[in-house]
Amino acid sequence: MPKITFIDSAGTARDVEAEQGSTVMESAVRNGIPEIEAECGGACACATCHVYVEPDWLEATGKAEPMEEDMLDFAFEVKPNSRLSCQIKVRPNLDGLTVRTPSRQG
Amino acid sequence: MTETITTDVVIVGAGPVGLFTVFELGLLDVRVHMIDILGKPGGQCSELYPEKPIYDIPGFPMVTGQGLVDNLMEQCRPFSPTFHYGEMVESVEALGDAISPRFLVRTDAGQVFDTKSIIIAAGGGSFQPKKPPIVGIEQYEGKSVFYAVRKMDAFMGKKVLIVGGGDSALDWVLNLHSLAERVTLLHRRDAFRAAPHSVNAMRDLVASGSMDLLLGQITSLKGAEGQLSGAVVKHDDGTSTEVDCNVMLPFFGLTMKLGPIADWGLNLHENLVPVDTEKFETNVPGIFAIGDINTYPGKLKLILSGFHEGALAAQKVTRYVYPEKRVTFQYTTSSTSLQRKLGVA
Repeated sequence: MPKITFIDSAGTARDVEAEQGSTVMESAVRNGIPEIEAECGGACACATCHVYVEPDWLEATGKAEPMEEDMLDFAFEVKPNSRLSCQIKVRPNLDGLTVRTPSRQG
Repeated sequence: MTETITTDVVIVGAGPVGLFTVFELGLLDVRVHMIDILGKPGGQCSELYPEKPIYDIPGFPMVTGQGLVDNLMEQCRPFSPTFHYGEMVESVEALGDAISPRFLVRTDAGQVFDTKSIIIAAGGGSFQPKKPPIVGIEQYEGKSVFYAVRKMDAFMGKKVLIVGGGDSALDWVLNLHSLAERVTLLHRRDAFRAAPHSVNAMRDLVASGSMDLLLGQITSLKGAEGQLSGAVVKHDDGTSTEVDCNVMLPFFGLTMKLGPIADWGLNLHENLVPVDTEKFETNVPGIFAIGDINTYPGKLKLILSGFHEGALAAQKVTRYVYPEKRVTFQYTTSSTSLQRKLGVA
């Protein structure tokens, strides 16, 4: 199973085993990763699963779709590498993916 | 002062579970007033995922959030519940006792209800505006930072900074630009979710010099004693500018907060309301909690569980409302009396 690393706003890294076909958000929630709220449960409707994708991984994760960009307007401290983790599907090429979580989701 | 409304039950939250409970109570001749902070029924279903398919409603292989809400509204229509939209219950005062409970319920709009019971079907809590995480923003809230516009006149002659890219932000830009001394719209990118005609109207105003559009995100606020004097904005290229403003209206959408429910004298467990699984009643007799807001051993946050909880809570509510009456169990398929209530017999 692909491994994903979440680094929280204080710098603590946590590795989780992610199921292929699930989303990065689901992998976080299932493993109790802090700083991911996912209030709407993955409907791309709340912007509370905001993450920063580490620069090396931007190509593999791809860009946000227009609907996700719209929803990112509701997130805070949005950066060029901001994504909503419910919209990143876990694929074999994401093994080793590292994302950072913001100190506040909303 | 509005007149006090006397009723059998007040349901807090007009989401799917609250709506179905109106139906169950209706079959038992119990009168309902519904209160919801949103301007329409459906709660999360219509606010967060109206177009999203739901696959686990019994009997519906697939139904959208809005589709489910529309059907539930249709289903409870025979009982004509009264809806109070755009209001939040602020306080609950207990007047009765465990045998005959009675409560005074007050909303933030000043409406008072005198009710025999309360059913909390508030889901994840009430939808409230998201507050930007800017250090010290609290000192300006309600004085020069507002998350909603109550009276437009308050912005006459002011330098108004509106933040956001959706319909709320654009609507207020268009409504306030002629009234305010100057309106500045700040958004993180040069693309807007708002209706295209609003965006075009805003771009025309910018082109004619009637207002300003800035791209970036706020990093800090300037001012003293609650009065804003400026906002520091960081742009994508790393530079910062300061916007001269004395009012700010941030529109970052809604989030769910438990809100005043925490002060109603109920036991809480991790922001959820513990209930029994026979009646779904809280530690306060006469106050029930159903749907996502309650907790009990084995709880599943499913809409279908909420329906079951509502049906059982309705039985106990009926005993409070009609203490002398013998409640007989009946089926809608065969009971003429239930069918008369539904207007089909």
